Amino acid sequence: MTRITRRTILATAPAFLAMTSLPALAAKKYDTGATDTEIKIGHTNPYSGPASAYGVIGKTEAAFFKMINEQGGINGRKIEFISYDDAYSPPKTVEQVRKLVESDGVFLLFNTLGTPTNTAIHKYCNQKKVPQLFVATGATKWGDPKNFPWTMGWQPNYQSEGQIYAQYLMKEHPNAKIGILYQNDDYGKDYVKGLKDGLGDKAKSMIVSEVPYETTDPTVDSQVVTIKAAGADVFYNVTTPKFAAQAIKKAVDIGWKPVHLLNSVSTSIGGVLQPAGLEASKGAVSTFYLKDPVDPTWKDDAGLKEWTAFMDKYYPEGDKTNGFTVTGYSVVQTLVHVLKQCGDELTRENVMKQAASIKDLTLPMLLPGIKINTSPTDFFPIKQQQMARFDGKSWELFGPIYTGAVHA
Amino acid sequence: MSAPEHTAGQSVPFDAALGTAESAAQPARHHWAIAGVVIVALLIPLIGKSFIVFQLTLVMVYALAILGLNLLTGFNGQFSLGHSAFYGIGAYTAAILMDQADIPYYATLPAAGAACFVVGFLFGLPALRLQGIYLALATFALAIAMPQILKFHPLEGLTGGVQGISILKPDPPGFLPIDADQWLYYFTLLVLLVMFAAAANLVRSRTGRAIMAIRDNPIAAAAMGINTSLYKSLTFGVSAFYTGIAGALGALAIQFVAPDSFTFLLSVSLLVGLVVGGVGSIPGCLIGGLFVLFVPNLAEKVSTGLAGAIYGVILLLVIFVMPSGAAGFVRLAGAHFARWRSSRRSS
Repeated sequence: MTRITRRTILATAPAFLAMTSLPALAAKKYDTGATDTEIKIGHTNPYSGPASAYGVIGKTEAAFFKMINEQGGINGRKIEFISYDDAYSPPKTVEQVRKLVESDGVFLLFNTLGTPTNTAIHKYCNQKKVPQLFVATGATKWGDPKNFPWTMGWQPNYQSEGQIYAQYLMKEHPNAKIGILYQNDDYGKDYVKGLKDGLGDKAKSMIVSEVPYETTDPTVDSQVVTIKAAGADVFYNVTTPKFAAQAIKKAVDIGWKPVHLLNSVSTSIGGVLQPAGLEASKGAVSTFYLKDPVDPTWKDDAGLKEWTAFMDKYYPEGDKTNGFTVTGYSVVQTLVHVLKQCGDELTRENVMKQAASIKDLTLPMLLPGIKINTSPTDFFPIKQQQMARFDGKSWELFGPIYTGAVHA
Repeated sequence: MSAPEHTAGQSVPFDAALGTAESAAQPARHHWAIAGVVIVALLIPLIGKSFIVFQLTLVMVYALAILGLNLLTGFNGQFSLGHSAFYGIGAYTAAILMDQADIPYYATLPAAGAACFVVGFLFGLPALRLQGIYLALATFALAIAMPQILKFHPLEGLTGGVQGISILKPDPPGFLPIDADQWLYYFTLLVLLVMFAAAANLVRSRTGRAIMAIRDNPIAAAAMGINTSLYKSLTFGVSAFYTGIAGALGALAIQFVAPDSFTFLLSVSLLVGLVVGGVGSIPGCLIGGLFVLFVPNLAEKVSTGLAGAIYGVILLLVIFVMPSGAAGFVRLAGAHFARWRSSRRSS
């Protein structure tokens, strides 16, 4: 038996003191899913089903976290990235997200993909106070901190892009007669609203024709003819890839040569411009915010080299011409920045606080000059874009960086 | 439908469709088995995590939808690839009534069922002139059309278009010390038990025998004086009724409806659940529900990249090992066991 003497007490006292005072000094605070050694991050993505092309984003993110973990983690904590397939089906998303939150006990949800799928979990995340961070959808409703303080978007939203076209027109074609072709749903209406907001008082006089189409329509030929007949000399083309190709082709067929504003949803060369005809697509103008990895402009760019090195080492099977790898790479870097900022206070509240106070963050694959900024009233991380013109072979960037501010 | 006829030795709903006669001792054992399952089902929410409770609620929802399909395919011999449409109509009926008319959640179930019964019956009238794969194709058209109809612009005011409708989870009654997930589980369980009992009684009744006679030999059934087209349409309606109620319960559990939730893939899932559980078996529908919900997750756990392929392999194995579904497998195993026991006793 050991006898407790005055000496042992004296010897052990400092150790005790140190032990009790340590947490107070370091102020380590944790919510579910975060510990001294680990942060659990939940993710849903369609790896199967009709939208499985987006699966590349999740795979890129998983590869990036592998790299982070090999480099020692974030502030010494390893990332456990749990990514489930929801096949782009809202009920499956609800099930998977509940599994992530209630069974796997993730710290936050990150970059869950799709508008209907995120809508399905929007209320749930805000009721449970689980961050639904940097969702992968361009709808405007993700930036509503007043009603949904636990949800934040990432990519430029449709309204903000519409505003950028308005700024471009006011500067380059102030007397334009604008004809609008748009898909009759929230996506299309967001684009139209953005443009009108951007034009302000001049919207009424500048817009001469505004024609919707339904996704069930076989073609948009008659709509294009109507817009031309209204005397438009600027064509604001808010269409998804199939319809975009039809519209480009039809405009050329009827001998219409307007200034062509093509929404960024349909800028894929292989998916839209080639089927429409490269010659016919020449001169189309759109917006970009990420570096295109196949664009020779960035051949010697430091950011591109960093991305290439990452792809070669951690995601060698990934297709380097696929823009989704760039998207995944950049959005995951934004999250890493936020988690670093959180320090040792890994609470869900602090994550939202840090996510809402990003100041002038630049990323390797963002176009030079584009900065990420957020505030407690601004939940739209990327608002800036640059214009580019299709020269018959590739998109050529031109002009300044535009900022399309939207306050939902 | 017509009243149940309780006679000794009735084990029709559970195995008659599989074409075997069972001993008179079966019903008693069935009753014990059912009581056991119900007791376990009642206890689960008290011990399981709320996520498990939620998953099992969905299992019951799918089981109910599969039961609807089973009445049509298993008992009446008609194929449908369009049950995702009925499930969707049920879900949307419940959501629209709750969202726009503030109707309490429990009152939306009969409405959803009735809406589906009418649509199913009306769709059934002309479509049932078609046989076998042709009917399957006609119902396939329904499944393909449904998501687009839900997105259709003139209906947007009701359906919410592509954005769908968010609804609130029903609160438990104040006097019960349980949370919303547990309450929805018990509510679903109650509906499930009532609907399963009703289905068991239906197939046991005169009507049920007529329905099965049409499956086994339509010409003989007609010769016996059964109005085959009326019965077929009615079966279609009842089948849609079941699936519609499942859809309404599913909407309550998910708290959200959107067109993309009710694609053709859902019809296929229900068909898979039907075959795995056992064509023409009522308890087999529960196994089907478990399969539909858990096996894709299991496949994903094995490998994210190959989830689809692994799901396929599991499905193939199940079909090889249990060619007549889980219900048939249990029955076969039971028969083997009985033979083994009697051979031991006689030796």
